[in-house]
Amino acid sequence: MTLNLKQHLKDLISAPGVSAYEDPVREIIAKAWKPYADQFLTTNLGSLCAFQFGTGDAPRPLVMIDAHMDAIGMMVTGIEDGFLRFTQIGGVDPRILPGQMVTVHGTLAGRHDLPGMVVMPAPFLLPPEAGSGPLDMKYLLVDLGLRPEEVARLVRVGDVISFAQQPMELDGETLAGHTLDNRASVAALTVCLETLSRQQHLWDVVAVAAAQEEVGGIGAATDPVKLKPTFAIVIDVTFASGPGSNGWRCSELGKGLPLTWGINDHPALYRALVNTAEEYDIPISREPAPSGSGTDAFDLQVVEGGIPVVEINIPLRYMHTPVEIVALKDIRRAGRLMAAFISDLPLDFMTTIQWE
Amino acid sequence: MAKNKKDTQKYVPVMGEEELALLTKLSNALAVSGEEQEVRAIVKDEVTPFADSVETDTLGNLLVTRHGTAEKRLRVMIAAHMDEVGFMLVDDEGNGIFEFRVVGGVDERQLAGKSIMVGRDHVPGVIGAKAIHLTTPDERKQTLRADQLRVDLGPGGSGKAKVGDRGTFATHLQVIGPSLRGKALDDRLGVFNLIQLVKHAPANVDLLAAFTVQEEVGLRGARVAAYSFNPQIGIAMDSTPAHDLPHFDGESNERYNTRLDGGPAIYLMDGATIGDRRLVNWLVETAQAEGIPWQFRQPNLGGTDAGAIHKTRAGVPSVSVSVPQRYLHSAAGLVRIDDCVNTLRLMWHALARLDASILLRQEN
Repeated sequence: MTLNLKQHLKDLISAPGVSAYEDPVREIIAKAWKPYADQFLTTNLGSLCAFQFGTGDAPRPLVMIDAHMDAIGMMVTGIEDGFLRFTQIGGVDPRILPGQMVTVHGTLAGRHDLPGMVVMPAPFLLPPEAGSGPLDMKYLLVDLGLRPEEVARLVRVGDVISFAQQPMELDGETLAGHTLDNRASVAALTVCLETLSRQQHLWDVVAVAAAQEEVGGIGAATDPVKLKPTFAIVIDVTFASGPGSNGWRCSELGKGLPLTWGINDHPALYRALVNTAEEYDIPISREPAPSGSGTDAFDLQVVEGGIPVVEINIPLRYMHTPVEIVALKDIRRAGRLMAAFISDLPLDFMTTIQWE
Repeated sequence: MAKNKKDTQKYVPVMGEEELALLTKLSNALAVSGEEQEVRAIVKDEVTPFADSVETDTLGNLLVTRHGTAEKRLRVMIAAHMDEVGFMLVDDEGNGIFEFRVVGGVDERQLAGKSIMVGRDHVPGVIGAKAIHLTTPDERKQTLRADQLRVDLGPGGSGKAKVGDRGTFATHLQVIGPSLRGKALDDRLGVFNLIQLVKHAPANVDLLAAFTVQEEVGLRGARVAAYSFNPQIGIAMDSTPAHDLPHFDGESNERYNTRLDGGPAIYLMDGATIGDRRLVNWLVETAQAEGIPWQFRQPNLGGTDAGAIHKTRAGVPSVSVSVPQRYLHSAAGLVRIDDCVNTLRLMWHALARLDASILLRQEN
């Protein structure tokens, strides 16, 4: 059965999975990866690891392909007259919140996923210092459309809030929605696993849907301790150029894959990946990251005695809003590039990427 | 025109499956001020079997007349506006990116990060916002203005939209417990309730139902509709803010305007009209006699189509009745189903007990 990428990605972004609360999306990913995986492992902090064993002689080297699966979101901090106050989990610009549809994962009377909306109280309900401009998150509320006694029955402080924007198919084979950062990259891992399941590869492969990237690369900092990868490819989203966003940090949507070039990227591994891209006619560009990359690569690189890392990016518009846009073509390319690179790995590959 | 007069003597409004389907169709339709045809077509289909005349005037108002059968019938105009707030595409920047300007009173803080739809085919798109990672703390203190934001339909270049097309939030009506959440409930609830009144009109009035245009840009449709209808009484059925949220500092909220679950909001005074006291009392007496929950909208600013109607020709005694609603003019408003149904109940019973002497009374 060939993978229906668009539907797969819609399934992925429709599943909640706020940092440290990744269970629902982990289940969806595990199901999608099952046909391509020889073995699963869930780490102590909840990252999902799927192994596909190679055909080389044991002990085989192991390549780790990592994409974080967690999403930014919110958490309930208080309940007043049936309205919820909240704070953020991960980086949320409060300016995109008023009028935003959310799901409140109520846990007080069993699990209830409640449709809510972020709302702005009228100015007379706020202190003067709230101002007439964008409201701080502390002034915003979530309205569940329920009467106060029902809210008090279902919701408590600490309940998690996810974005609820429905996926939208836009012009040019693009998809818009929330949490395409980083489910687009998880989908690329699926494409890679699916491709590798039909191709021979000598190396063992472990695909990792990592937990808690949005709150500081927590999964990436801990997963390799158990996995002991020989090297790692990290895949995440990067800024696509578009309204309000241009310049050297931004790349065109649908025009190819920026490969990060900075402190987190092993230069020889980078060159090897570039060679593969050129060989297979996969368009790439170089994305300068003078300091840290701000992805799992930053944390992965320094686990234990250090891990060689290289990063593939998928351009995405309006990052950390519920209307992120990604081009399906870029996801397919990222999956193909990883699969090609892994298929071509000789068992002695590490001897070819030495320093100097 | 065929006329269906059944059920007019005893009408008990409900929000059943059929009613909800119609309201959903109305709420999801795209009808930004100046381009109301999608809603007009729905209304026309619904009312035509019940009406004595249905016509679209030169501005696009749908003027529907249903005569009663009693003697000495009052000519009662009821207005509900079909238009909604939204935006117009004003510049094509290529690759599916358009500059836009809002139409009607939209708080710019509601725009960023939303799904939208554009044009007669409801072409889907988004209004994005710069990634938080690329913003500075100073930038995040500034409102993202409409002229800084763009409509993004995707980079395919299929040319499905053009400058001049109108759009709004792509929200679908949802039932949530005791509530309805959807876009343009201001004033599709009024349109919905007025359709029901046409279908179930009491026999003692000549019902002049004006489904108006351009309310959101200055009550412009109602003005010409009232001239054409030349009514004896004018009523606007609209929706009004319920600011019944908690105060940040825990102070009591004295300026709530209206409250959800409080029943239909009867207007004493807004920024455009002082409600005719005889009509205000008539509505209050009806609510009390029928045991229908009701509330006064706190005398306040704002305005409804009554603001245009009462100044028409030699003057028309007018009043407004609204469904209380939270978050008007945003991606989704929130109302209680009970408040919608009770508003229709109030209006039907008020019409059914209306007699011509009301305009002879002196009340203050």
